Amino acid sequence: MDSEMRALTDIAQDIAQVARDMGLDFYPVNFEIVPAEALYTFGAYGMPVRFTHWSFGKAFYKMKMQYDLNLSRIYELVINTNPAYAFLLEGNRLIQNKLVIGHVYAHVDFFKNNHYFSRTPKDMVERMGAHADRIHEYETNYGRDKVEQIMDAVLAIQEHVDYRAHIGPVIKSENGLKTDRRVKGEGHVCQGKSCAGTCSGKAVQGLGKGDQQKKTRKNTVSLPYEDLWGDLLADGCEVLPQQEFEDLLLYIIKFAPGLEEWQKDIVSIVREESLYFFPQIETKIINEGWATFWHARIMRELNLTDAETLEFAIMHSQVVQPSRLGLNPYYLGVKIWEYLAKTKSDNELFDLRETENDLSFIRNHLSRELVEELNLFNFRKVGAHWQVTENEWEKVRDNLVKQLVNGGHPRIVVIEGDYEGKGGLLLKHCHEGMDLDIMYLEKTLSLVQFLWGKSVALETVVDNKKYIYESANGIVSRRLATKNEENGVR
Amino acid sequence: MADDIIVSRDDWTLHRKGHLDQSRHKEKVEEVIKQQMGDLIVDESIILTDGKKSTKIPMRSLEEFRFRYDFNKQNHTGQGNKKMAPGDIIGREQPGKGKGKGSGAGEEPGQDIYEAEVTYEDLASILFEELKLPNLDDKKRPLIAHDRPEFNDVRKKGLMANVDKKRTLLESIKRQAFSKKLNKEAKLKISPEDLRFKTWETRPNFETNAVILAMMDTSGSMGQFEKYISRTFFFWMVRFLRLKYENVEMRFLAHHTEAKEVTEEEFFTRGESGGTRCSSVYKYALDIIEKDYPPAHYNIYPVHFTDGDNIGSDNSRALALMKNLVEVSQIVGYGEILRTHYSSTLMSTLKRIADPKLRLVTIRDRNEVYDALKTVFS
Repeated sequence: MDSEMRALTDIAQDIAQVARDMGLDFYPVNFEIVPAEALYTFGAYGMPVRFTHWSFGKAFYKMKMQYDLNLSRIYELVINTNPAYAFLLEGNRLIQNKLVIGHVYAHVDFFKNNHYFSRTPKDMVERMGAHADRIHEYETNYGRDKVEQIMDAVLAIQEHVDYRAHIGPVIKSENGLKTDRRVKGEGHVCQGKSCAGTCSGKAVQGLGKGDQQKKTRKNTVSLPYEDLWGDLLADGCEVLPQQEFEDLLLYIIKFAPGLEEWQKDIVSIVREESLYFFPQIETKIINEGWATFWHARIMRELNLTDAETLEFAIMHSQVVQPSRLGLNPYYLGVKIWEYLAKTKSDNELFDLRETENDLSFIRNHLSRELVEELNLFNFRKVGAHWQVTENEWEKVRDNLVKQLVNGGHPRIVVIEGDYEGKGGLLLKHCHEGMDLDIMYLEKTLSLVQFLWGKSVALETVVDNKKYIYESANGIVSRRLATKNEENGVR
Repeated sequence: MADDIIVSRDDWTLHRKGHLDQSRHKEKVEEVIKQQMGDLIVDESIILTDGKKSTKIPMRSLEEFRFRYDFNKQNHTGQGNKKMAPGDIIGREQPGKGKGKGSGAGEEPGQDIYEAEVTYEDLASILFEELKLPNLDDKKRPLIAHDRPEFNDVRKKGLMANVDKKRTLLESIKRQAFSKKLNKEAKLKISPEDLRFKTWETRPNFETNAVILAMMDTSGSMGQFEKYISRTFFFWMVRFLRLKYENVEMRFLAHHTEAKEVTEEEFFTRGESGGTRCSSVYKYALDIIEKDYPPAHYNIYPVHFTDGDNIGSDNSRALALMKNLVEVSQIVGYGEILRTHYSSTLMSTLKRIADPKLRLVTIRDRNEVYDALKTVFS
């Protein structure tokens, strides 16, 4: 170990002591100094080791370009594992590293204590390494193009997993499938074969009956990642209830008629990684705010020289620089935390970091004073212009909340797997006031069709009219929903 | 104690993953270009500027499709540096962009745009990769070899214009290193003995030559569309052949019932009226070959564009002359530019020639030029 490393180790250990004395509670951290090339690779892939896909290459190229052109700079990257891994950019100055190290400890504290991370695997680096190996093996066995074809399609719908299934204690529900009872209200409970009748037979037909059902189950059990749908297999119900099923990827793994085992394994790999990353997506503002709030506090505890204090101030102000349009999550987050710290004790703050995510954080704590201080406003496109529409604090807050629902992704649920009796997949976009991008919808639908093997339809609302988009044989068509479909009768 | 905090450093110099996947992304973009080749190569901005400018074609990176909200319909939240009131305008759409359903987002706030660009050269290299030159005959060399200078030696004396800067500098550095003055501050000086010059030898050079005989029907039925199609075809054909031969000549022959040689400009712009007698231009082409381009020394590429509307009585004569033409040429292209679904009587007559050197194509749409090129050069 050279002297620079030794000095940095001492500093990292000192700062850890300071942070712990202040009450932060984090996993052990392995810091590693890496060149920009490597750091930007990890940034693009989200992990030091991940499977290969061109979309990561595209992201890498873009990030690297911005770095080379001096447009943006990542100082660090933290991986949510135990021990946590943090990568520091080679060439960071010492004071920069001090700030970054404090920032990292607060992130790891958040990972360790926030409830939404409670079920993310803490050995994800190894798991994703194993995933990468398996994908590589499939590439060797089946050819790169075939793997890529599946991967392109799965990545297009990677957000549509039931990420709430992984939060909190494992609740074994009656039928294992989490259904949304708020919408339909009838609380359909499926028990074994007896439900075949009550399910109006549609989903059942898609699977066949009796022995065929057992076969499906047997196949699924032999899959390598069966623990992921352990609760789904726990009970006797092998048929799908006639309700809204949140987890599109899981549905495809279980019921897609044409997929081979290795293809299903790819879907399950993407699903597992998506579940792992989701908590990070839904805690961006609160977590970055938390880390920024704490690095500032920690830095005040350290004995800095005048020059260091000045450099720290400049760097900190860059991090929280408001962006001209759109919102800087660091800035918004740290502002809310600072606002809360005025009236709350540290223990109360620690409680909040355990229980809140971005959505609840904004809904509960974005106050009138803050909206006005930060000059927040809503805007939309009017003709060819982008125009400010509202600046009343409650409207701003509610609009932000709306955009954070479901991690900012439209909610797509599975309605049935035997649409119109032809084995088609029927999906529904739970429209909450925001229309979908139609061009993207059509392209994505044909990718889902590729996975499902048969036709795939999606119900959505465009300009207040209910439409059904259907992709069959590579052609996407659109029609207005019929009266019956309007009323939800199928 | 905080001994669970470790700092380390590894060697990442061999870490190429990002680059590997980036090159795959680039490959995929090229695949998309290939699929759109038919449309791209008939682009006016390339053909009409003669390809001299490196025309840039904006090319999006590959999109990653997903279910997402329509950005243009969404109500967003932003932050101002002062209090903003309803009705304030904070940005506008760039004209020309943002057309079509949410695909071209332009300069809108928050949108992530990332474009890769394809230059004319990229396009040409992708296109030519697919084209082949069959029937290459090595024997075809001109009788007289031209002398050509070849720079292959470095000497201490020579013309000042041919000074080899790199070697001269190296000599100077070497000399100063050998001299005992080890003063590093001393300025680098170039003395006359350091000078090195590139020199040449003259060598006989056997050039391979090719000639394109561009033939076109200029009868009344050939309109702007047909001219543009043939122009596009010849544009890429000349550029392709120039890759393979040192000299590519082009002769332009226009015909209706009679054939004559015209300039390039006339060839692509002038129209005449009257009927069509294709045999006239085949005869004219054979005469030119006999006079100027002995087949033993030239690679000959006659290409004929017509709408196929030939006078019926002329077909048998045209067939006989075409047979002669095929014999002396590397490839003969016969292209019918049609708006209907019927092929002409001349086309069916020419089909009787079984020689693979005769390539028959029909073009009904702009983007079929690409297929025509692939048929002729395959």
